[in-house]
Amino acid sequence: MFGYYLTLAIHSLRRSRIITALMIAAIGLGIGASMTMITVMHMMSGDPIPDRSGQLYVPVIDPYPLDHQKSKNNIVSADMTWVDAMYLLKAARAKRQAAMVTGVLPIHPAQSSEHPFFEFGHFVTADFFPMFGVPLREGSGWTAQDDQAHARVIVISDDLRRKLFGNTSAVGRTLRLKDTDFRVIGVLGDWQPQPTFYAQIDDRAFGRADQFFLPLQTAVELKFDASGRMACWGNNGDARLSDHCTWLQFWVQLDSANEARAYRTFLNDYCRDQKAHGRFPRPANAQLYGLMDWLANQRVVPDDLRMQLWLALGFLGVCMVNIVALLLAKFLRRSNEISVRRALGARRRDIFLQLGIESAVVGFAGGALGLTIAELGLWSIRRQPDGYAQLAHMDMTMLLGTFALAVIASVLAALLPAWRACNVMPALHMKTQ
Amino acid sequence: MLKLPPVLASLTRHKLTALLLALQVGLTCAIVCNVAFMIVHRVAQLRLPSGVAENELVMIENTDLKDQAQALTRHNADVAALRDIPGVKAAVAVDSLPFSHMDWRNGISLVPDGPSRAIASAYNGTPGELAALGLHLVEGRDFLPSEYIPMGTAQDWNGLDQISVAIVTRALADKLFPGQDPLGKVIYPSEKPVRIVGVVDHLLQPRLSDDGENEYATLLPMLPDSNGITYVLRTAPQDRESVLRRAADTLNQLDGDRILRYPQTFTQLRADYFRHDRTMIGLLIAAALCLLFVTALGIAGLASFWVQQRKRSIGIRRAVGATRHDILRYFQTENFLIVTAGVLPGCLLAYALNLVLMAHYELPRLPVTYLLAGVLASWLLGQLAVIGPALRAAAVQPVVAVRNP
Repeated sequence: MFGYYLTLAIHSLRRSRIITALMIAAIGLGIGASMTMITVMHMMSGDPIPDRSGQLYVPVIDPYPLDHQKSKNNIVSADMTWVDAMYLLKAARAKRQAAMVTGVLPIHPAQSSEHPFFEFGHFVTADFFPMFGVPLREGSGWTAQDDQAHARVIVISDDLRRKLFGNTSAVGRTLRLKDTDFRVIGVLGDWQPQPTFYAQIDDRAFGRADQFFLPLQTAVELKFDASGRMACWGNNGDARLSDHCTWLQFWVQLDSANEARAYRTFLNDYCRDQKAHGRFPRPANAQLYGLMDWLANQRVVPDDLRMQLWLALGFLGVCMVNIVALLLAKFLRRSNEISVRRALGARRRDIFLQLGIESAVVGFAGGALGLTIAELGLWSIRRQPDGYAQLAHMDMTMLLGTFALAVIASVLAALLPAWRACNVMPALHMKTQ
Repeated sequence: MLKLPPVLASLTRHKLTALLLALQVGLTCAIVCNVAFMIVHRVAQLRLPSGVAENELVMIENTDLKDQAQALTRHNADVAALRDIPGVKAAVAVDSLPFSHMDWRNGISLVPDGPSRAIASAYNGTPGELAALGLHLVEGRDFLPSEYIPMGTAQDWNGLDQISVAIVTRALADKLFPGQDPLGKVIYPSEKPVRIVGVVDHLLQPRLSDDGENEYATLLPMLPDSNGITYVLRTAPQDRESVLRRAADTLNQLDGDRILRYPQTFTQLRADYFRHDRTMIGLLIAAALCLLFVTALGIAGLASFWVQQRKRSIGIRRAVGATRHDILRYFQTENFLIVTAGVLPGCLLAYALNLVLMAHYELPRLPVTYLLAGVLASWLLGQLAVIGPALRAAAVQPVVAVRNP
């Protein structure tokens, strides 16, 4: 029966080619636009570090003065002052913890004839590597003792190693950053979490990869400039080492819910203690954000993309209503034919199945068109110079999802028209013949 | 005049289909109204005047690799050399420019240690910045050479506590001293009092936001003394490219121990800043057009179905005396009724959508004119889409009535 209905469906669709083409185009456009945006959102809101994200937390304490303006949209600032970050680091109440900040430094190539160039990197403390499970293809990270000793050591990315040292090993070599020599002690393996979740989330969160990591204390001693947001209030003493400028990011690893609860209590105790000493004028309300919650709060997916997704879904909705109306008109026009079939003994569900298959054919064709349009859409996004552009690829889930969406959409769109059509009164329509 | 009752009676026989069409028109109207509003909003942002002489400026970012202690001397030498390039009218070293993203903001209070009344971006540069950027001083004066003080980048930017004068934008002056003459008034960007000596009409912040405070900016007489700096050159629009090339060569000849980055014209800087917005505007326009197109096709498709279905009745009406014009009017009226039934709830939906957008995207309220335009556009779209099928209906011969179906 299925084959027969399929033949009937194709025959019927061919009879009104323009309407059929219109329906396929509408569903294809709607699905294509929606799937392009859903794919981009899916890729951007993915887990940057799946095997560890459950144990990574951002502690948020609020050292700001009373008149400090909170940002709109409830985006939380977890940036810390040097004083607070160093306290939490030394207290070591979490399994692992690290303070960090983005830095941009001029790097001098080994051949002094070549011109120095700028690279993005991070100033971090020792736990950074074990806490995030950073793979190293050679060498190792540094220890807390190195942090204390302000060691001139550096871990570089494989790209930077190739750029500086060619195909030779880099460990043990010397690298000049700004005006200081560093000893390379490690080379990163393949590690480019997208987004770079551990940094301040800004419009460079996607597509950037840090090229070097060096000890935070060393960077501070050498007065290397940190880049990114820095918020200050009051002014006395060195802003970077003060208790009134927030600029550091802080991450902790907590392996269980109990540890997380205990750590939050610890943070609140710290806030109250600081309050007693005249800092933290606002109510003590320390928070711990899990990694994925943190990314959601920081709006790692730009608002414009979210808007584009809603626009695409709205468009799909209008296309669907359009198709429902067209199918309804098309099916009801065949009331006579349906009446004859019913009179000859076809059951309602036979008619329903036949009409359902007809619209599923439209759905498949629309899905195929939608897939092509989505691939085109993703291709055009990849050509944009945005950081997230390179993520715009369709994986298997998205590919199957596209087809499922197309067929479900068109079968859903056919339900109402088919139900109406199989309820026609055979006698009434045969009489008007 | 055509009587409505027959049209309505016929529509009730296609209740569901007509309702669906009305729903589609309503949805389209609601979405397109909001999209059009967003497009206008974004285009307005795109066109914000920055306050500087945009098509006469070129810039290059310079980072010295030498000791920071000598930065001021080197900047002066660089600026002097840049001024000697043929075609260069003025050259200054600045720490930031509109659209440059490098934003140093200070809370401005009116009493020592008071609450901040506005948050203003600070622009700092070497003497002559005002003229080199082409800012319009509408009141007061430029800074005197004796008023300039080093920023003190390495000393926690302590220059801010030593300056005595500032130039503010009109917008900031109006916010801080509404209805008063700002000249001579005292503000506190830090702990020390600073007197306003001049007002410029426009100057945008280095990065824009939707809060209506985009022009809260101060010009401070501080000499940027960090190793990273931007040189801005003013020249005739047609000389920009050549001046930019010469600038890099001149700087490198003077001292090669530096990194020069992002040589560009101000026009490029602006274009880069708004690249996302331009893409977004393109997408919004495409979405609106696609929506209108699909809806128009839907209307036309349904109308032609109905024309085919009613061929016999049209024939009968023609046979009993209806003119072609009557038939045409019949379908046009039918369409008008359906579209009207759609746009009225569509307008409500448009407002609801706008409320959601206001909550999430800092958009202002949708002006009523957009709704009126949306209603008019929907009517027009409906009539355009139906005209083809309606003309075909009008062309039906009365003889169809007596033919066998």
